Amino acid sequence: MEWSFLLVQALSGLASASSLFVIASGLTIVFGVTRIVNFAHGSFYMLGAYLAVTIVPWLLEFDRSPTLFFVGVLASALVVGLLGVAMEMLLLRRIYRVPELFQLLATFGVVLIVQDLVQLAWGPMDIPGPRAPGLRHGVTILDQRFPAYELFLIVVGPAVLALLWLLMHRTRFGVLIRAATQDREMVGALGVNQAMLFTGTLFLGAALAGLGGALQIPRISANAHMDLSVITEAFVVTVIGGMGSVPGAFIAALLIGLLQAFGVLIFPKITLVLVFLLMAAVLVVKPWGLLGRPEAAAGRAVLPEGILDPGRMDWAGKVLAVVALAVMLALPLIDAYAVKVGTEVLIFALAAVSLNFLVGNGGIVSFGHAAYFGLGAYGAGLLVVKAGLPMEPALIAAPIAGGLAAALFGFFVVRLSGIYLAMLTMAFAQIAYAVVFQWVEVTGGDNGLVGVWPSHWAASREVYHYLTAVLTLAAIVFLRRVIHAPFGATLRAARDSAQRADAIGIDVRMHRWLGFTLAGAAAGLAGGLYAFSKGSIDPTLLGIPMSVDFLSMILLGGIQSVLGPVAGAAAFHSLKDFFLPLTDHWRLLLGLSIIAMVLVFPRGLAGAFASLRRRPA
Amino acid sequence: MTRITLPRRALGAAALATLARPAFAQATPIRIGELNSYSRMAAFAVPYRNAMQLAQDAVNAAGGVMGGRPMELVFRDDGSTPGDAVRVAEELLTRENVAFLAGTFLSNVGLAVADFANQRKRLFLATEPLTDAITMAQGNRYTFRVRPGTYMQTKMLIEAIRGKTAKRWAIVAPNYEYGQSAAANFKRMLGDAIPGAEIVAEQFPALGRVDAGATVGALAQSRPDGIFNVLFGPDLTAFVREGNTRGLFERRTVVSLLTGEPEYLIPLGDETPEGWIVTGYAPDQIDAPPAHKAFIEAYKARFNDTPRLGSLLGYVTVQIIANLLNKANTLETEALVNALAGLATDTIVGGVSMRALDHQGTLGTWVGETTLSRGKGTMKNARYADGANYMFSETEVRAARPPA
Repeated sequence: MEWSFLLVQALSGLASASSLFVIASGLTIVFGVTRIVNFAHGSFYMLGAYLAVTIVPWLLEFDRSPTLFFVGVLASALVVGLLGVAMEMLLLRRIYRVPELFQLLATFGVVLIVQDLVQLAWGPMDIPGPRAPGLRHGVTILDQRFPAYELFLIVVGPAVLALLWLLMHRTRFGVLIRAATQDREMVGALGVNQAMLFTGTLFLGAALAGLGGALQIPRISANAHMDLSVITEAFVVTVIGGMGSVPGAFIAALLIGLLQAFGVLIFPKITLVLVFLLMAAVLVVKPWGLLGRPEAAAGRAVLPEGILDPGRMDWAGKVLAVVALAVMLALPLIDAYAVKVGTEVLIFALAAVSLNFLVGNGGIVSFGHAAYFGLGAYGAGLLVVKAGLPMEPALIAAPIAGGLAAALFGFFVVRLSGIYLAMLTMAFAQIAYAVVFQWVEVTGGDNGLVGVWPSHWAASREVYHYLTAVLTLAAIVFLRRVIHAPFGATLRAARDSAQRADAIGIDVRMHRWLGFTLAGAAAGLAGGLYAFSKGSIDPTLLGIPMSVDFLSMILLGGIQSVLGPVAGAAAFHSLKDFFLPLTDHWRLLLGLSIIAMVLVFPRGLAGAFASLRRRPA
Repeated sequence: MTRITLPRRALGAAALATLARPAFAQATPIRIGELNSYSRMAAFAVPYRNAMQLAQDAVNAAGGVMGGRPMELVFRDDGSTPGDAVRVAEELLTRENVAFLAGTFLSNVGLAVADFANQRKRLFLATEPLTDAITMAQGNRYTFRVRPGTYMQTKMLIEAIRGKTAKRWAIVAPNYEYGQSAAANFKRMLGDAIPGAEIVAEQFPALGRVDAGATVGALAQSRPDGIFNVLFGPDLTAFVREGNTRGLFERRTVVSLLTGEPEYLIPLGDETPEGWIVTGYAPDQIDAPPAHKAFIEAYKARFNDTPRLGSLLGYVTVQIIANLLNKANTLETEALVNALAGLATDTIVGGVSMRALDHQGTLGTWVGETTLSRGKGTMKNARYADGANYMFSETEVRAARPPA
């Protein structure tokens, strides 16, 4: 290959890296200060692009000058920054005192709302933006032509990095951001107005996302799928760089941009998984990313966010459980469709309880739990479709498949902690997703496989419902038993203080690994049951949206409670099922109800129930 | 622990169901369940639904179906995942009492609903999914497809470049089943159309996340004479802009699937490349048959917008459904399936029949060249390619389709 080509390909990579960095820098700053995993960052990026394709052409009507183009881009970024402020003041500020994970759920609600609002405001068609005046042409570099606008983009990244450096080191606001990133509690103790600091940080973060989106309009059309296409990559960049580290994000973006540009020359299909492979590799070697540092508060005793004392079920809980069980069993009296929804609620309830076994009881926050659910479904489905086995052995294989995958991935996962652990689970889930997606001969690729139906005796909706009820309830009761058993208590000890647990002779990693495997097996069983209820398997079962659904379920239900996730699964799935047929804007309604529940029940449904019980009559 | 099954919104539907007594049979509407990605794929699905409502009103105004009964489409969002879609299909069948199912957009969703229909022994008329599997390897007795699939549309383009001189070809396609199978079909048929042609480069960017600079660079490096593009939507816009600036398309034959459809052509705006050979739909150039012209006028008048390809598909689908109901004159599934196999319908684009062998419709599409006219992309020299001429051969179908 000629040098001129390699040079130009490298420049292409730098341009992508630069764009990616602008977006990721905002995400990493917001996370560093507020510890919020901000899913809505992608929505801000999308809003930046949509605002820019509205504002910029309007400005260019006055004069087709480069100045007005960039005025329009900056104006879009500022407006998005203000939207970030609005989100902080109206929503996030009200929930800083609840478990940190809960804020993730709130931002997920914002994602759903923005998706539909954008479609309402701008319509469903993609909107192409104008090219930048003066930068429309191509520049000939050696014998290759390269877009002038991308040369400009290559400069933007380092320029933003330099400005951020100045901000961080030369202004009081920047100093406070750095201080809060290092030790938020200490900053608060020193009397800094945290509300102002957080509002400012959200403004900066959202404006950077908006800038990233607005700068893309000469290259891509504003479209309704931009938010999710960018958010995972932005997360990967911040994690590889080290959460909270702006220079780290810069290096990570460069790595990804260049790897992408040259990777496609050798493996054209690698784009699906490349960034996640890189993230997994980096995290296995450097558990806090390239430039990240262990949290200052890591060794400090903090109030754990999860199940404190599983306790015994009081009479009200028992009554509720019996009523719920009776309703579940009586569903066939209503109609066939109620049975169908009930079956799915049971399956999701098991998946949610297994996830909360990790999150609430073990402090192991998994963003990739759908991997084990999906691999369980594939384990069962492949046996039926490819090996011709009936349902019964396939259902035994489902938890084994989920458990084996969890044992394999968990071996690496449990070495990490906090957000890095969460991101590694997501990376593994995406790698599993890519394998299932790409291995067409065996898995059927993204079309999936059909014909995964129950055995003849269980073919009717009602029989399958009762079969599911028996299996899921048995598994849920078993997991509950494990939480009450010494093993569960050991996991809680390791969650609350790994050092102290270690000091009294507990092999923390081994216990967490076993816990991870058990949760994976339970999710695998749920996945197997799900496959037979649908008749088909496909990669969406392992996808990030599925993992996010599971997280939403346990957060809605309450992660401090053993059985709260069951209520969360029922509430979440019923809401979705209720809104889906109502209108095209079901995502808006679902998002609004998630946010309403976050605000009304800040400790989940189970938390609300518990405080109701504790109130003197 | 609570398990809530919310009270259903279906009070109205229940009321209707109560009315569905023989005494009222004359006025009882015939309900058909239509599920599609109205929320996530709104650019396609909303014009599609608009045209379906237009067609439904036309059918009912002309006296309805099956001897005077009105038809009523029940629209539902399929959630864009197979899991949600199968549940929605179940809801339509059990709660809404629809006679049969139609619709779906994504191929994996279409295949899942097709298999569900097979399991429940109910008719499913797939409209938009393009995967060949739905009529071939995973075809079943109860599933039919209206639109020309990936193979048929690729074959139309192959015919359009027969005898061209471009020998070195590069392929760019989104990395999922539709892109991969279009690329595979193209590779398989290219040698037949242009003897001695070879593939010199292939790029498979992830759907919705094309890294346009790197992809265009990699394609240009292979110095192809021709490019086969399968990208669409936002990926296409990014690819075209990057390629225009870098001169990728200059003096090269470019063949592109679906690019002529208004859904994808309109966002290209003044960047629409000149002379790409594409499949698509240019409603402003349709003169015949007169029914088609009338449809375009009626659509414009009612929705104040030009119809998209989705609109055409929606209208034709309703015409086929109305014809089916009249011919079968029953809602019993086996009779419906038997009536639909081989059913010929006179639609706004002319005759469309559902081939009995593989349940594939003979609806075609337009093949032409992209061109820029008054700052907007459109097609020139477009001709209607009748799907009947581009179907899988009977031998191929017999080899691929599971025995009924």
